[in-house]
Amino acid sequence: MVIAKTVDGEIGIMPQHAPVLGVLVEGGVLRIKREGEGDLAAAVHGGFISVADDEVSVLAEVAELGSEVDVAAARDALDRAQASIEANQEDADAAIEAKRARARLRAAGEEV
Amino acid sequence: MGAQLRLLRRRINSVKSTAKITRAQELIASSRIVKAQQRMQAALPYEREITRAVTGVVSNAASVDHPLTVAKDNPVKAGVLIVTSDSGFCGGFNANVLREAEALRGLLEGRGLEVVPFVTGRKGVTWHTFRQREMGGQWVGFSRKPAYADAKEIAQTLIDSFKDDNGIDEIHIVSTEFVSMLTQNVVVKRILPLEVEETEATESTAIPPYFEFEPTAGDVLESLLPRYVESRIFTALLQSAASEEAARRRAMKSATDNANELMRLLTQEMNQARQAEITQEISEIVGGANALADAAAGKE
Repeated sequence: MVIAKTVDGEIGIMPQHAPVLGVLVEGGVLRIKREGEGDLAAAVHGGFISVADDEVSVLAEVAELGSEVDVAAARDALDRAQASIEANQEDADAAIEAKRARARLRAAGEEV
Repeated sequence: MGAQLRLLRRRINSVKSTAKITRAQELIASSRIVKAQQRMQAALPYEREITRAVTGVVSNAASVDHPLTVAKDNPVKAGVLIVTSDSGFCGGFNANVLREAEALRGLLEGRGLEVVPFVTGRKGVTWHTFRQREMGGQWVGFSRKPAYADAKEIAQTLIDSFKDDNGIDEIHIVSTEFVSMLTQNVVVKRILPLEVEETEATESTAIPPYFEFEPTAGDVLESLLPRYVESRIFTALLQSAASEEAARRRAMKSATDNANELMRLLTQEMNQARQAEITQEISEIVGGANALADAAAGKE
């Protein structure tokens, strides 16, 4: 099963799902539940999910597997982004940065 | 005579060092083609999927009207993205692209459109500034190794100008397509208004599946189309990068071959000159010796 976060909310895709084309949110976590193996998580920033012919493809602008996330760097990025949000409430860039950093940490299985 | 010999030797040396440089360039280019090809291959799945997605949306929801898919009734300006290289030493690579761009310009002007060039690559930019042509945008510094961010920036500029009422109404792209190590073709494509083209005609999907959209078809298209344009531009940049290296390798190979041929001819000429000099010296010595012998014989 593939679980992704679209702009409408979370969507879970099981085998034999009807064809869907969805827009993914900035800073979402994609989870793939596999039989017999552990889950696979990835931080996905923007892009699309398309389901057709029993195949799920995720087209992301930037994506990172949870196991490849540099936790220290992501935490660092989150701290920096939060500091600049506190300094300036309307800092849209920093808000996106914070979202991305959170998604990366969540994908890596860290508490945020 | 001695002066001519020295002159030839100097020319041989200079040709030899030029050949060394062109040979090195040739080797560098060959190793870079492989890397450029790998980058091209790596970008293929993304482009294929995004093309499939766009085809899915457009064929499912024909009623969706989006500024990027609708041709304007009376277009005034046409944007042409010209993809050239940053550095030279690549034979006719840039000349071919620019010639094709000029042909397209003539064609568009024949339809009564004003042409706005958008140029990537230092060679193309210099070509336009030299002719004092106004450019809608220019980007340099990444022709050998384009990143997705570069394509994104270009796409953003083009799309902004396309959405602007006083901006361009059509976007064409002139770039070089990498077919193989030996064949690279200059291609002209229209990317906006959208012309979804089937890249592989033998695709097994006979009927495109009926998609559901999250949240709506319009929203999906809204965020899908810019990505599609980016991906098309990125592919063009990657193909152009690989073609540039292939063109450079070919140009440098023929330069090295020519230098070797020239070296052979010059060496021959130098040997002749040296032989002529030796012959002359011998005949002078013999002549001198004979003269002395004759003089001695006369005394006796």
